[in-house]
Amino acid sequence: MSDNTFDIIVIGGGPGGYVAAIRASQLGLKTAVVEREHLGGICLNWGCIPTKALLRSAEVYRNMQHAGSYGLSASGIGFDLAKVVARSRGVSAQLQAGVKHLLKKNKVTVFEGQGRLAGKGKVTVGDGKAQLSGKHIILATGARARNLPGLEADGKLVWSYKEAMVPDVMPKRLLVIGSGAIGIEFASFYNALGSDVTVVEVMERVLPVEDEEISAFARKSFEKQGMKIITGASVKSLAKGKDEVTVTIEAAGKTQEVTVDRVISAVGIVGNVENLGLENTKVVVEKTHVVVNQWLETGEPGVYAIGDLAGAPWLAHKASHEGVICVEKIAGRNDVHPLNIRNIPGCTYCHPQVASVGLTEAKAKEKGYQVKVGRFPFMGNGKAIALGETEGMVKTVFDAKTGELLGAHMIGAEVTELIQGYMVAKTLETTEVELMHAVFPHPTLSEMMHESVLDAYGHAIHF
Amino acid sequence: MPIQILMPALSPTMSEGNLARWLKKEGDPVKSGDILAEIETDKATMEFEATDEGTLGKILVPDGSQGVKVNQPIALLLEEGEDAASLAAPLAAKAALAPAAPAVAASAAAPPVVPPAVSAGDRVFASPLARRLAREAGVDLTSVKGSGPHGRIVRADVEKAPSPPKAASPTPGAPAPKPVPAVPDIGPAYTEQPLSSMRKVIARRLTEAKQTVPHFYLTIDCRLDKLMALRADLNGRGDDYKLSVNDFVIRAVALALRKVPAANASFTETAIRLYSEVDVSVAVATPNGLITPVIRHADHKGLAALSNEMKSLAGKARDGKLKPEEYQGGGFTISNLGMYGIREFSAIINPPQGCILAVGAGEQRPVVVDGALAVATMMSCTLSVDHRVVDGAIGAEFLAAFKKLIEEPLTMLL
Repeated sequence: MSDNTFDIIVIGGGPGGYVAAIRASQLGLKTAVVEREHLGGICLNWGCIPTKALLRSAEVYRNMQHAGSYGLSASGIGFDLAKVVARSRGVSAQLQAGVKHLLKKNKVTVFEGQGRLAGKGKVTVGDGKAQLSGKHIILATGARARNLPGLEADGKLVWSYKEAMVPDVMPKRLLVIGSGAIGIEFASFYNALGSDVTVVEVMERVLPVEDEEISAFARKSFEKQGMKIITGASVKSLAKGKDEVTVTIEAAGKTQEVTVDRVISAVGIVGNVENLGLENTKVVVEKTHVVVNQWLETGEPGVYAIGDLAGAPWLAHKASHEGVICVEKIAGRNDVHPLNIRNIPGCTYCHPQVASVGLTEAKAKEKGYQVKVGRFPFMGNGKAIALGETEGMVKTVFDAKTGELLGAHMIGAEVTELIQGYMVAKTLETTEVELMHAVFPHPTLSEMMHESVLDAYGHAIHF
Repeated sequence: MPIQILMPALSPTMSEGNLARWLKKEGDPVKSGDILAEIETDKATMEFEATDEGTLGKILVPDGSQGVKVNQPIALLLEEGEDAASLAAPLAAKAALAPAAPAVAASAAAPPVVPPAVSAGDRVFASPLARRLAREAGVDLTSVKGSGPHGRIVRADVEKAPSPPKAASPTPGAPAPKPVPAVPDIGPAYTEQPLSSMRKVIARRLTEAKQTVPHFYLTIDCRLDKLMALRADLNGRGDDYKLSVNDFVIRAVALALRKVPAANASFTETAIRLYSEVDVSVAVATPNGLITPVIRHADHKGLAALSNEMKSLAGKARDGKLKPEEYQGGGFTISNLGMYGIREFSAIINPPQGCILAVGAGEQRPVVVDGALAVATMMSCTLSVDHRVVDGAIGAEFLAAFKKLIEEPLTMLL
């Protein structure tokens, strides 16, 4: 095998691509990753990770402001935006170096440049910088922010996630378009640091993919923190001034104008399907995403797609998992299982945090399930009260007939760390009985997960 | 290390049984050949003999345990020099020991044939949800192939599994739902008797026979006067036998099967199986249900021998003491309800056999002889036939041969 001939070539070094490459190498396949910008992808460099660093700063800042409620005193509380951003960039840099090291350790060859299909089993890097041959080619080029006509990010007054992550100024007034996970996390960050934040959502509720009760709870909480939220609303136009933007918003048949310093556009994402050389292949693209089967195979033999490029949910952990499934299948392992979309948890790191897995109550009913629903408030949990985090709830949805845990929906402190318990339960196909029999440690927030299950069957203890 | 005593397979098809009772207590010395326990299989209660010597250290499966899987450890036998302290180890080392163990425990009466699908004592790996769905649908998890990690049975596997013919019947081993008198003031009052293994087998086999075997029925009347006279004559001559009409029927069936061997046959998916020997099963009612002990080589046995063997088998059957080889096999079954005054009836074929003869009562009936009415002792017999094996003409031919022997009983003595 020549140096440029591989068993597997992965185009894209994000959480889908680099994980697929490491797994492939573990399975004894000669593997290459082609990355045009930075290993770790958006997730590590411009997404999940750096935003978590920013939100951690916001959280500590918020706690400092509430020092008095814990019997502590703090004076001169403030922040240095540049240092907050620098910390966030530092976290990304550290992890990027980590991915580089992991790929090296696993003997994955990394090519820098834009990868592109160039005929059967061929990939070119950059403008012909390198020609690679591979038996299997995995497309993992991810996605980018969607630009709505008229609302295009300009990087100055209208920010995409990228500018929003490295602000040079702290906007006094901020408008966030879109209340999905990305929009709400930025809204939460800037609100915590003192911006006057308005969120515009086209759907009737914030965090529209979450359970309706959670959405309503979140909205109330955000508004209590001072955010303005306009739902069922669309942005009609942006009038850019010198250092401000006047936004025309239409909601419930009425228009209003809001003038802000900056606008963040977070209206969804589109798959990176361009410049991939898909034109002369049987790869099918639908609405900017590559169509794949349960084994991530595209219409073109030997070409696969994983992660954001292969469609929703647009989550790093989904991409990584697909990468592993894809290469294990290629390697001929007989213990590979397709991904069960219902068991993929989603987390939003706003304040309070939101996490969920499985069907919402409404979705479950829509699918014809007879449901049993359990709820437990943070107010009823000892640890939550001790932490001073009494805002939140845990909701569980069971199939009344079989006891299957259909979905779990949580809002409140640390729920993004708690959801994994329900996720494991769902993956193992547990019923309410095992969850009731499981002994949850006291005192922890996780006790609420137990109580919520008990409540679904009418015997919560502490509420 | 103590010897594990495993649940024996007392018949080739046995996959589980009930541990009726222990005849040895913990601490009792055990010699090879001692009766350790009584095991209730789907057909009979059998004694389980020890094959090793030592002291019964620990009973793992107590008296009255139902549905004990073959090869599941039921007790630990301490060898010489071992004490109770060594009892802890084998439980931990169960997995390691299991493959070698069946040879240790198999008693003389127990061919160590274990159906591989239910290699006994194995844990069924299934998700809790799969278990619940299986229980509700009456799906036996041991028959489901798991598609989850390491062959674990998951929800989708249970949903794909064929449901058993009768819905909602709890699988053995699952806690049987208690009979809840849902509307006690409307429906009739009842009590429920749990199904015995024997009752379950009767239910399963006969349902299968009636649903899958294309039965047809042929009835013939036989004049018994000469047979009755001969029987009275023979019974008057000796004290070491007492012939019943049924003994003559067995003899007649055996000889008729020799004459029409095509009726001594079974259907298989690939061939008609013609039995070389004439082994006749005879249905015996017992307090627990029906069982069919087999008279082997019935065509080679005289009336007195047949009669005595039948008495012995029927006695064992009623006491639940039949050994598997005494009730398994057989090519043809006789079911006689004559003693209850039943005139005629149609029996359900006893698979995999091709024919069953239902024998009615011998009774005086008006008959026409040579154009004039007369009184004769008559007996109606109905042959149920598996049409896949035996056609109408063969069945009729068999019945004609049978009738000739019954009506001319001296020919039976030839």
